[in-house]
Amino acid sequence: MKITKETVSYVAELSRIKLGEEQTERMLGELSEIIDYMDILSGVDTEGVEPLSHVFSINNVVREDEVKPSYNRTILIENAPEHTEQSVVVPKTVE
Amino acid sequence: MRDILKMTAIEVGEAIRKGEITSVEATSALLDAIEAADSEINAYITVCREAALEQAKKVQKLIESGELSGPLAGVPIAIKDNICTKGVKTSCASKILGDFKPPYDATVITRLEEAGMVVVGKLNMDEFAMGSTTETSFYGATKNPWDKNKVPGGSSGGAAAAVAAGEAFCALGSDTGGSIRQPASYCGVTGFKPTYGTVSRYGLIAYASSLDQIGPVARDVRDCAAIMDIIKGKDCMDGTSIELEEQNESYLQMLSGDVSKLRVALPKECFGEGVDDEVRSSVLLMAEELKKQGAEVTEISLPFIKYVIPTYYIMATAEASSNLSRFDGVKYGFRATEYDGLRDLYEATRSEGFGEEVKKRILLGTFVLSSGYYDAYYKKALQVKSIIKEQFDSIFEQYDVIICPTAPATAPTIGESLSDSLKMYLSDIFTVSPNIAGLPALSVPCGFDRSGMPIGAQIIGPRLGERNVLGAGYAYQQVTDFHKRNAAERSETK
Amino acid sequence: MTWETVMGLEVHVELATKSKIFCSCTTEFGGEANTHCCPICTGMPGTLPVLNEKVLEFALKAGIALNCDITRYNKFDRKNYFYPDLPKAYQISQLYFPFAKNGKVEITTKSGEKKTIGIHEIHMEEDAGKLIHSPFGDATYADYNRCGVPLIEIVSEPDFRGSDEVIAYLEQVKSTLEYLGVSDCKMQEGSMRADVNLSVRPVGSKEFGTRTEMKNINSFKAIEHAIEFETKRQIELLESGGRVVQQTRRWDDNKSKSYAMRSKENAQDYRYFPEPDIPPISVSEERLAALKAEQPELAGPKKLRYIEQFGLSDYHASIITLNKNIARIFEQTAELCGEPKEVCNWIIGNAMYLINERSMELGDVSLSPRVFAEFIKAITSGKINKSVGKTLFEVIFDSDDSFDIDKYIADNQLAVIDDDGAIYEVVQAIISANPQSVEQYKEGKTKVMAFFVGQCMRQLKGKANPDKVNKIIVEELAKQ
Repeated sequence: MKITKETVSYVAELSRIKLGEEQTERMLGELSEIIDYMDILSGVDTEGVEPLSHVFSINNVVREDEVKPSYNRTILIENAPEHTEQSVVVPKTVE
Repeated sequence: MRDILKMTAIEVGEAIRKGEITSVEATSALLDAIEAADSEINAYITVCREAALEQAKKVQKLIESGELSGPLAGVPIAIKDNICTKGVKTSCASKILGDFKPPYDATVITRLEEAGMVVVGKLNMDEFAMGSTTETSFYGATKNPWDKNKVPGGSSGGAAAAVAAGEAFCALGSDTGGSIRQPASYCGVTGFKPTYGTVSRYGLIAYASSLDQIGPVARDVRDCAAIMDIIKGKDCMDGTSIELEEQNESYLQMLSGDVSKLRVALPKECFGEGVDDEVRSSVLLMAEELKKQGAEVTEISLPFIKYVIPTYYIMATAEASSNLSRFDGVKYGFRATEYDGLRDLYEATRSEGFGEEVKKRILLGTFVLSSGYYDAYYKKALQVKSIIKEQFDSIFEQYDVIICPTAPATAPTIGESLSDSLKMYLSDIFTVSPNIAGLPALSVPCGFDRSGMPIGAQIIGPRLGERNVLGAGYAYQQVTDFHKRNAAERSETK
Repeated sequence: MTWETVMGLEVHVELATKSKIFCSCTTEFGGEANTHCCPICTGMPGTLPVLNEKVLEFALKAGIALNCDITRYNKFDRKNYFYPDLPKAYQISQLYFPFAKNGKVEITTKSGEKKTIGIHEIHMEEDAGKLIHSPFGDATYADYNRCGVPLIEIVSEPDFRGSDEVIAYLEQVKSTLEYLGVSDCKMQEGSMRADVNLSVRPVGSKEFGTRTEMKNINSFKAIEHAIEFETKRQIELLESGGRVVQQTRRWDDNKSKSYAMRSKENAQDYRYFPEPDIPPISVSEERLAALKAEQPELAGPKKLRYIEQFGLSDYHASIITLNKNIARIFEQTAELCGEPKEVCNWIIGNAMYLINERSMELGDVSLSPRVFAEFIKAITSGKINKSVGKTLFEVIFDSDDSFDIDKYIADNQLAVIDDDGAIYEVVQAIISANPQSVEQYKEGKTKVMAFFVGQCMRQLKGKANPDKVNKIIVEELAKQ
């Protein structure tokens, strides 16, 4: 499948990765080459083959509905680049 | 007394149990060796000198009081830096994780510590385990101890180089598409990727969740088996971990050295075009050796092999694009200093925090999942995966193990690979299939090329076929000494 | 042109498990920010989800009760998007293999007709956290307490034509889930939330118009208003030659207006793919049969039984059985006092009034059947009269099970005055104090009777039988 610069920009946007003009060009080249190569899969006859997401058929792995103590809040948020005593902080999400 | 640093992990454990040395002495000797060699090799990102010595002291007491008696009690071990260690920086060799210190241990770490092993430090790797050379690390490339101009392989390059350089007796790596086996092969050490689900992934920072497995890198198969005995088994924190039927059996004790009647398959596609002559002949010699010991060796065909690379890279990058989304400058790690609003915070942080190869794989993974392309790529890959799995299943109805090269060539020169991603991806051709199909696979040293670089052979088994895979490798190591050659000595004489 | 509104509903319901869907933190509502959290629900690297078995059980119960086909094999998927209330940057949900499909709910429309609303599918997923915006600076704080609270999302077919149908459906769904005990369905606390997909088309048209999705609606009233607003907006747009743009709109209940979300947020490509960390779920025939056998009596069958067993009217039985708690109070009280109709009347006439006045959840009514039964007995035996009863009901409505109704009546002298002598005394006093009114009465202005009764009842603090008072007044006036 041919991909375009627009595809690369769209995908970059979805990934929250900024690409400069030159970088977009370079990624277009490299991704095109890889995607072209991936296209050999289109030659495999997969008619009627179920996509296999989990390689082994283990099912129904569940745990009991049991409350265990939560973590100390400080320990959970102290790794954050910006935080208060209660929460991590981000730029305002509403105007 | 023998040089501690030349011992295998099991030998160190034995010496400690016999009271010939203490855990503290072994740990201390290793820490000194790291200090001496690592400025050159760069196998470690973090060395935990104080914590390790402290732990060794504690463990020594428990050994002396008889509370700890396992084969590896008191033995130091090093950990790939994508496995979470409580309170110890865990970076995935990425800028984006900054000085992240997880408030929890990975399950494997808990199990190692319960068995009395001493964690000495965190090992270098390709950023987020994405690479085959350990050159994409934010903390600089690791060198191959056999030739410091060469790469150690990747992504567990730090693990393989540390073991080869005498900077570790043994290590834990992770393997998504060959990340344990290929560096083990390039560095002349033994590395094992277990059956998917055998070892808990809880606390392993995911690259591709359906392919990732933690496994040992060590000097020989016995050490690998002993480490597996400690880390294997169902974990209620990992829903994909499996209950092992032979849970109470020890892989170490199952090693018999008897390969008579072992049905070995050699896929002709793995010995043809694109494989170095010396690699081919060394691996074939290994098959010969097993045959001498009574194994039945048969040539077979793996018709699907040309599809494994695209299948693997579609699956791996798709999952990675999702797994790596949580690194956004909000909860942990690095945050860009300049940004305007939330969206820009995400974009600036991720653009500055991820290296080129990681970004490329995130973009690729996002592409194969994006609307309009999902069916042609992601869904298709899962269908091909199903076919690959079935074909493996039918091969393993007739054979016990498959033997092939771990990599088509020996370690390349530093700087040679990164310029051509596709070529680098293609070099994973022999290692990715076991991950796609969830199968156990071992890499053992089986020779050297004319420039003296190690060659590795890969032994692949059916699901939960650990016994035969490790058994074949062990039998081979009983009669060969490639795994005993010493990189440090060779490197000096060169 | 006459327009028809076409709507579909996505209803999110939090399941009433003790712990979260993928970790062992509590699901309790509220709590200080980030105190119900662990590395798993805050999306720390390397952590993994393990499904809570109760979530699956509750979800299956809901699916069965909403008449769905339960898929024998269901799986989780990841829905990928970046937002600070979603720490993993993906929500674990179900797209490709939801656990339930093709359900239906029967409702009664405004005109009293029965109508079936189709359920397209129900899936399990995890809730996101809450964002708290700083009133001052450029800062938003993330509270992850709600992250990982289990949800089911019930996706209806586009079968609704009016807001009355939407409300009836929501009431029905809420009722069912409450009966099952799988959710408390409190809209105020956000444990039940609805998104409305709405489009309009000329009456008679078979094609659907372009739809918009309204999110963030958290009360039945708000849903009615939002539907009204959006219908009007779309019709006006179309009639003035414009066109409806497919978009997500946020309903602002304070301003009674909806706003389009920014187009960037509208460009959604969630890149769903199978969640590799959670093995698939298979549901056996045996399990389904066992869950079906366990199903409690729901509103529909209960209503029929109440009509049959207690002689309630269809209408009254519907109201009483809609909520599990109310039905329980009714039934237990009726059994204790043997006066079902009386109990029903007090619930519908008085309890419902108090509930509405206080905007209470029906599930939170804690009226004790024992106290309520004694209250009914006091009424039916004539110990207290209805007007005293009305005041006393408010007291028992807020009291607990230990409330001693006889003592209360005695202490507050609420019992009906049986002593005719006392009534004669009061009547005579009132008559002699109001000679003009007596004159008016004699002139034939019988209207003043009401004045006398009122005065007397006031004097008697409402505790006398009004009929008796009436009779004595007439008797005394005749003597004048």
